[in-house]
Formats: sequence, C-alpha cells, structure tokens
Amino acid sequence: MTEILQVRGLVAGYGAAPVLRDIDLTVPTGSIVTVLGANGAGKTTLLRTLSGLLRPTAGQILLDGKDLRRVKVERLVRLGMAHVPEGRGVVAELTVDENLRLGGLWRNDVNAAVAEVYELFEPLAQRKRNAGHLLSGGERQMLAIGRALVARPRLLLLDEPSLGLAPKITAQIMALLQKLRTQTGLTVLLVEQNARSALSVADSGVVMSLGRIATATTAQELRNAYLGS
Amino acid sequence: MDRFVFLTFDGLSNGAVYAAFALALVLIWRAARVVNFAQGAMAVAAAYAAYSVTQATGSYWIGFAAALGTGLMIGALVERAVMRFVGHANPLNEVIVALGLVLFIQAVLGMLYGNEFLPSHTPFSRNAIEVGGVPLLSRYDLFVFGAVAALVLLLALLFTKTSTGLRMRAAAFAPEVSRLLGVNVGGMLTLGWALASAVGALAAMLVIPTELGLNPHAMDLVFVTSFTAAVIGGLDSPPGAVTGGMAVGLILSYVSGYLGSSVTPIAVLALLLIVLLVRPGGLFSATVARQA
Repeated sequence: MTEILQVRGLVAGYGAAPVLRDIDLTVPTGSIVTVLGANGAGKTTLLRTLSGLLRPTAGQILLDGKDLRRVKVERLVRLGMAHVPEGRGVVAELTVDENLRLGGLWRNDVNAAVAEVYELFEPLAQRKRNAGHLLSGGERQMLAIGRALVARPRLLLLDEPSLGLAPKITAQIMALLQKLRTQTGLTVLLVEQNARSALSVADSGVVMSLGRIATATTAQELRNAYLGS
Repeated sequence: MDRFVFLTFDGLSNGAVYAAFALALVLIWRAARVVNFAQGAMAVAAAYAAYSVTQATGSYWIGFAAALGTGLMIGALVERAVMRFVGHANPLNEVIVALGLVLFIQAVLGMLYGNEFLPSHTPFSRNAIEVGGVPLLSRYDLFVFGAVAALVLLLALLFTKTSTGLRMRAAAFAPEVSRLLGVNVGGMLTLGWALASAVGALAAMLVIPTELGLNPHAMDLVFVTSFTAAVIGGLDSPPGAVTGGMAVGLILSYVSGYLGSSVTPIAVLALLLIVLLVRPGGLFSATVARQA
C-alpha cells in the first residue's frame, strides 16, 4: 500500500515554544487514520500545520511525495487535500448552496460535485437556500464535510467532527466516512477526542500527548488498550 | 407643497451620491473591517486624474472613465502597499494610517494642482425640468440617479451571481476557512479595496460638479455625511448604505429647506445618535450572531 501523506520530524508551534515536537506520521492511501489525545495534546495544531495554516519550523510534509512546506494554503485543496476545521467552518452568512459551491469554485464540474453532495446528504438538499447559521449542529457538520467533498479530495483532514453532536449523528458521520472510503478510495485523517467513535471506523491510529506521538499502532490494538474490547 | 416636492427630489438626488459613497465605505468594511477614513481623499485624487485627462483630451467621458480606472488603481495600491502591512492587533492602527493617508494625498494634490478650486463641469444641464410649474429634476440629476442605480445593480449582480462575488463575500466573512477552500483571500481583499475606491471615485465625479468645484478637500463633508449614512444603514449592509444615503439626503434637504442650512449638521448628528442608541448596529444590521 502506498502512502498518500508522510510527515517526518515535524516541529511547529505558536511563537517560540513548539507545540508539535518531532512528529512522524504515515497515512496509507485509502485508509482511515485517527489522531487521538487529550485537550492540548496538539491534535488541532497538527492538522493546521498539515494544511499550511501554521508553518512548521522543522520537518517535512509530503503529499504523494510532494513537499508541502512552500505550497500556499489556498493551493493545497487543488493538490487533493481538504481540511474540515474544528468548529466546522461553515460560513454562517452564506446559504447552504453557496457554502457548497465555495468548496469547488475552481473546478469545472462544481455543479455536478454539488449535486452529488445533495444526493449524499438529503437534508442539505431540502435547505439549500437557508443561511448557514440556521442549520442544526448535525446539518452544519454535513455541510462542512459535503463542502470538502465538492473539491473531490483524495485526503480529508477532519477535526473533531463529533464535537457537540448527539451520539446517533456522530455514528452516522462515522458510517459515512467508511462508505466514502469504500466507494471512492478517500483517505481520512480523523482527529477525535471521542476515541470510541473514531476507533469504530479507523484502520490505525496515533495517540498524541504533549505535542508528541506517544503511540502509533492499529485501531484494533488501540481499542484493546484504551477501550478494553 | 411645491416646495416639499422640490426638496424631496433635491434630497433624493444628493442622497443618491451619499448612497454611492456610503457603499464604498461598506465595501471596505465588509472586506477588511476597516473604516476607510482616506476614502474621500482617494476619491478626490481620482477626480483630479479625470480633470487632467479631460483637460488633455477635451472629453468629459474619457475623463470620467479615467476617474474610475484611477480609483481602481488607487484602491489596489493602498491595500497592497499600505494597509496590508498594518498590524491588526489594535483597530486604531488602521484608522491612524488612513488618516495619515488623507494628509499625504491632500498634500500631494495641493502640490501638484494647488489648493484653489478648479472648475468642474457636468455632462448634462443642471437646469431643473419643470412639471406643472414646479422645478423637479435636472438632466444631470437623472444622470446621477441612473449612474447610482447602475452601480447598485452591478454590485448586486457581482456579489450574488458571480463566483468572484461569492469568493469576495466568503473571504470577508471567513478568511481562514476560505483559504482552506482555495480562495485567494489576499487577492479578494485587493479587489475589494479597488472596487470600493472606484465606487468612491464615481461618487466624487457625481458630487463635485454640484459643489464649489475641485479642491483637495472637496470630499471632506461628503465623507462625513456618507459615513453617517453608512452607520445609519449598518456598516455591514449594502442595502443599508443605499437606504441610509437616501434617508440622509432627504433629511438634509428638508432641514436645510425648512429650518435653514445651518441646522443640517445638527440634524445629521441627531439622526446618528438616535440610530446608535436604538439600534447600534444600524437599521439593516444582521440580528444573528456569527457562528462560523
């Protein structure tokens, strides 16, 4: 299996003190890899660094072998990497339809891609003219993921999709990730605090602690170690 | 009654210009969360460019186009060369830099053209057409209405029907998310400043011939009045800017006509105070907190 994402010796942070220290991470193509850890472990900082919002002070980030350190944030989505940030990032002032189109304005097939998202998330199709701030938490998460999918990414960075959602909705979102991986070969790097949810769909995972990767192993071993099953 | 009708049309004509200039302020506020206090000086600079081009070519319309083009360039230049490098930690930074720009632009214009009023002509007659013995609108007033209506229509189409407009709105509301989605936020900001500056230039071209003429300070009072209009409408709202501009134009006209022109600044201030006390975000402000 090839690796879509390779991270080597990554150091990054805000100001002088690094938050991420010497991170090594490999994400195989077509897999779901989860990043677990307590609050403040550096999970969100890791995703922000991978997507270029935060520049690393050392290390390498390779997407399909291409070094991303000098690539502008706004170019990354065209290279196949989409990032759904913590808090979902739905633009509250724009309608559902505008939010979705925004995900792929640079694509010639944006209308077709938006139509596919409406098929995937029927509640969004019924609310396409509603502004983002009128949606429920679950709908906003659907919109955020759907908008990322409009770009037809190969790698999806997903930051705490279960945050603030009912368990039933979280389960639906995890099932969707699995379906997308199976049907389209999408690779997912899933940051979660809800280990049970994340490990229910992940192939492998890493546990972060104080900005370092403390454990990296299969999802089954993480389930055995942390969930006792 | 005749006087009321005349004052109403006069107020609407002036209000259209205030609306256009308020729109320019709103465009920059939405894009960068900056009240561009240099908007008036930038607009006057564009009007001076029009003056030079008209002098050289003898054509008002080539000068008019030059003003819009110069407005676009000044806006882009101010954003790229100045505002982009101003720290955002303290909102006062941008205000102070903008005020510095006012002094700089007005000083340069004074050195290049002098500080006396230069003649500024209109392309159409300013003699009011009488209907039933009541002077209503001049051809120039109709031109002003048409120009502002076309401006509002074009901006509405840009922002609601084009992908560039969608990018601009997204970049203004959620810059970081927009970058993640492939939007060149810096480019959209430059475009926003350029457009706003061109709109300001248009307003200057429309209003300066109706005042004393071209002077480095020709837009100072228009800026204050239009800023009031923008705040009344809601700094975030283009429809609010248009409505606020028309409302301020009408109120100034009625107060000036019935109570005397010396009372008009007090009337504007009173209106501003009432709106700020009753609805601080302006009449057209969104009532829903941003959640993204």
